[in-house]
Parts: sequence; C-alpha cells; structure tokens
Amino acid sequence: MAKKLRTRGHRVVLNRSAGGDTGITFILTIFGAFMFLPMYYVVIQALKPLDELFMFPPRFYVIKPTLKNFSDLFSLMGDSWVPFSRYIFNTVFITICGTVGNLLFASMAAYSLAKLRFPGRNTIFQIIVMSLMFHSTVNQVTHFIILSAFGWVDTYLSIIVPSMATTIGLYLMKQFMETSVPDTVLESARLDGASEFRTYLIIAMPMVKPAWLTLIIECFKGLWNTGASIYIHSEQLKTFNYAIGQILSGGIARSGAGAAATVVMMLVPILVFVLNQSQIIETMGSSGMKD
Amino acid sequence: MPEISNEAAVAEAPVRPTQRAEMTKWQWTWKEIKRNKTAYFMLAPFFLLFIIFTILPVFLSMLLGFTDFNMLEMPNIVWFDNYARLFTNDEIFILACKNTLIFAAITGPVSYLLSLLIAWFINELPPKIRAVVTLIFYAPSISGQVYLIWKTLFSSDSYGWVNATLMDLGIIDAPILWFQDANYVMGLCIVVALWTSLGTSFLAFIAGFQTIDRSMYEAAAVDGIKNRWQELWYITLPTMRPQMMFGAVLAITSSFGFGGVVTALCGFPSVDYAAHTIMHHLDDYGGQRYEVGYASAIAMILFVIMFASNIVIKKALSKVGE
Repeated sequence: MAKKLRTRGHRVVLNRSAGGDTGITFILTIFGAFMFLPMYYVVIQALKPLDELFMFPPRFYVIKPTLKNFSDLFSLMGDSWVPFSRYIFNTVFITICGTVGNLLFASMAAYSLAKLRFPGRNTIFQIIVMSLMFHSTVNQVTHFIILSAFGWVDTYLSIIVPSMATTIGLYLMKQFMETSVPDTVLESARLDGASEFRTYLIIAMPMVKPAWLTLIIECFKGLWNTGASIYIHSEQLKTFNYAIGQILSGGIARSGAGAAATVVMMLVPILVFVLNQSQIIETMGSSGMKD
Repeated sequence: MPEISNEAAVAEAPVRPTQRAEMTKWQWTWKEIKRNKTAYFMLAPFFLLFIIFTILPVFLSMLLGFTDFNMLEMPNIVWFDNYARLFTNDEIFILACKNTLIFAAITGPVSYLLSLLIAWFINELPPKIRAVVTLIFYAPSISGQVYLIWKTLFSSDSYGWVNATLMDLGIIDAPILWFQDANYVMGLCIVVALWTSLGTSFLAFIAGFQTIDRSMYEAAAVDGIKNRWQELWYITLPTMRPQMMFGAVLAITSSFGFGGVVTALCGFPSVDYAAHTIMHHLDDYGGQRYEVGYASAIAMILFVIMFASNIVIKKALSKVGE
C-alpha cells in the first residue's frame, strides 16, 4: 500500500489533506480579520487629521497621516485642571506597586504550596482554585464596605493592596514550579544549610523566570486598565483609563486626541506581551487543572 | 537553618513510621505544623490579603443578604425577604437573569471553542508566523478599553463605518441607532464580548498543543488514525484535558463578567433593559441606591450560578475523548 506522504519543508506531514489545510487557512483568515481590523482601525483613526476623521464614507486608510492628534492629546491634557502627566503617573504607580507586590507575595505562597509539605496545604490550594470560579465584581459591594472599614477609600491603597492577592498568577506560578523546579536541587540547597526562604529566593525563583513574566502580565493587564471610579473620587488620584473616558466624551473637537489616547493605552500592554511571549507560552504549558 | 535539613534527613529514615504511630493524629499534625513554620510564614502575606479581599466579601454578602442594610442605619434581619422580593416582585431582575443566561450561554461556549479551535489551527504554523498570529488574536483581550472602537464602527450616525457601508450598498436608507435599539444591543454586545475573549485560556491552549509529543501522532498514524479530526478527538484533546479544565474555568468566569463591556457600549441602564444583566442589577442596587442588603442577595444568586456552572462543566469535560 503506497500512500503518498505529504511533506512540509523536509518534514513528513501525517494525516493532513491539502483541502483541510486550505479550509483552515480560510477560517483563520476570516477570524483573523475580525480580530485585527478593529485594532487596525484604532491606529488609523489616531493618524487621521480631523477633516479625515469626519469624512464620508469613513475609510480604512489614511490619506495624509499626521501625528498631530498625539501632540493635541498632550497639550489638551496639559491645560486641564489636573495635568495629564498626573493621570499617567497614577496608572504607572498603581500598576508597578500592585504588580511587584503580587509577584513577591504570590511567588512566596506558590513556593510554599508547590514545594513544601505541611498540613492544610491541599485545602488552601483548593480554596484558591475555587476563587478562580467566580468573577470578582460579584464582591464589589462588600469589597467596598471592607475598604471603607480600613479607611482606604479614595487612596491608592484601595487598588494596590487587593491586587497583590490576585490568584491567577499564584495558580500559574505554583503549577509551573511543580513541573520545573526539581526537589533534589532544593534538597541539596537545604543540606548545604540554606534557610527555606533563601532556597526560595536564590534557587527556586531564578528557575521560574518565565512564570514571573506571566504573573507580571496577568497582574499588569488588570491594573493598567483600571478605571477605579468606585473606589477613587479625587481627581488627582484618577487613572489614565478614566482620563481617556473623559476625553472621548468631550465631543467632536476631541475625537483626534481621544483616538490618540486609545492607541497609547493599548500599545503598552501589547508591547509587554510581545517582549515576553515565548516565556508566557512556556509557563502556560503547565497551567492544567486536574479533574 | 540546619534543623530543617536534619528533619528532612529523618523523613527519609525508616524510623519515622513507628514514631508517627506512637502519636495521636492531632499531636502529629501539631508537630508537622511547628516543623513547617516557614511554609506558613511564606504563605501568610498572600493568604491574609486573599481572605480579607476575596473570601470575607463572599461571607459578608451571604450574611447581609438576610438583612435590609443600607449603609446608614443599623441592619435588621429580614431572613428571606430579599430573595422573595427578587423572584416575585422584581420584573427587571427576572429579565436580568434571562439576559445573563443568554449572554453566558453564548459567549462562554463560543469563546471557549473559538480559543481551542484557533489555538489548534495556529499550532501547525511555523514558529515566527505563529507568534504574530497569536498576537493578533490575543491583543484585543489585553488592550483594555480598546473595545470602544466598536462604538465608532457602529456609530449611530453615518460616520459609523457599518452604517456608511450599509447605506452605500443601498440596504438601509437611514442610519441605524445600533446601541440604542433594543433589537441589536444584545447581539452587538455578544460580538464585542467575543472579540475580547481570547485571553489567558487561549494562551493555555496554545501552550498545551505545543507540549504534545509529536511521536504520539506518528504512532497514531501507523495505528490507523485517518485524518486530523480523529487525531484531535482521540489523541490531542485527551492529552490536553488539564488545560481544557483550566480554560473552561476561566471562560465560565469571564462569560458572567462582561457587564463592564455592556455599560461602556450601551450606557446604564441599556435601552429597555435589553442588555441588563445580573451584574448591572447588582451595581444598580449596591452602587447607586445603597440597598446593600438587597444587592447582597443579588450577589449571592450570581455567585451560586457561576459556581454551579463550573461544577457542571467540569463533570462534562471529564468525558472528553472517552
């Protein structure tokens, strides 16, 4: 039985029909266009001068590209009551503090859950997994009550501290540590007299760098996109995301600046992801959940 | 700390079982707890915050759901009055339940299958192209408020691309008020929600496909697997089951959490409550009217729905590839 083998490059491709390949490419293209075109339109809008933004019919390309919208954005926000730089500072500050705290706390907890055997360990991990099963907005009312009991409403703390206990990063890091940090290495560090905390910091953490990056992007995307209007009232403490909403609701004259702001907003997380993509995918390899 | 290494050495020694047998269960546990002090210390900062900001709010909702708390006066216990009012005397809540279930029943499975299917297709691309395609599909889910671009595309005037195109083709004469029309809001919100839904679980699937050993496919081809669909069902999916579980949990959770997208696109409340979900109802009573007791009852119902769906889906998924 001489079955003709298809090859791709020099590799034999088993069980792949040419028709199937075409079909799949077609489906990928359709969905790819659905995902990509709106993103592309965001960028195009930001490069359009004002007259092109209101041209009929609207176009998916730009005739005279300009960066004026971006300079408008900065001058517009410079004139406003709270300077634009303040909104950016708030977002960056909240994001960095929350992410660093989450990285530190979650990785310590992950090490403890993945590599140490102590009573209650499975129960604690089960509770954390259960918390992945409900969306945090279900808690928003009681969450607010707790924050006000601490007197944290309208401070940075109301966003930073709760974000340090984001569970998804802990979950991914714990799973990754189980598969990629061999117990024998930890054992020999302990025999050399290293304390448990030192073993975690010097031996385990450098071995799970891909998981750090994953945890960072998971926490980062949440914080970078916080609007946080429920917990923060003072204009000086509001975030970039909130400021964009304000610009966008400012009418026709501000459409250009609004489009530019949206591009700034989306480029940062995308850049963070692009720089770390391969490590993130590596971490996700061990993300599986048991039945 | 040398004593830890000594303990570890003892753990290997055969003497230990006899030692353990001499102690009661509680004595043994207590000894283990003391021996593992460091483990608890390392867990403590995270776990304390987690308890305060994730677990405590759930229990607080459960308790407040039985009261008429309004943030100002001392709460009175009203037992099941809030729940009775929700189901017998609040038509908008019933509508919100219906909308939430439609929303979740479509976005959950569709986004899940889409993530799985696209990840599977992408898996066979060469690495460089794969990285670019992954980015294209993943980008909308991390870019925050970028979904507002749909509001521009479906703008209610003729500057909106969709209206302009439809008018150009002569399908409609006057612009449609997409996000103010009860016939369209739900559908549009579902499309936008799907657009942002290829997130963490999508990446988990991509990673899952990559970790499968290629030699399994070669062996399967010899054993008579005829096409890529058989390969998917008999080999790939069963190997991927842990990732699929993880993805399902995230898909279910987020399918109930798209309230923010709806509010940003259609305003609050949406026209004729056409896209009003339980999340919006909760926000309405908790965040705007300060009827905390009533809002807590709403939160508990949503909580139970999310939890129950997770358990049902987990059961179903354990049958894949059998």
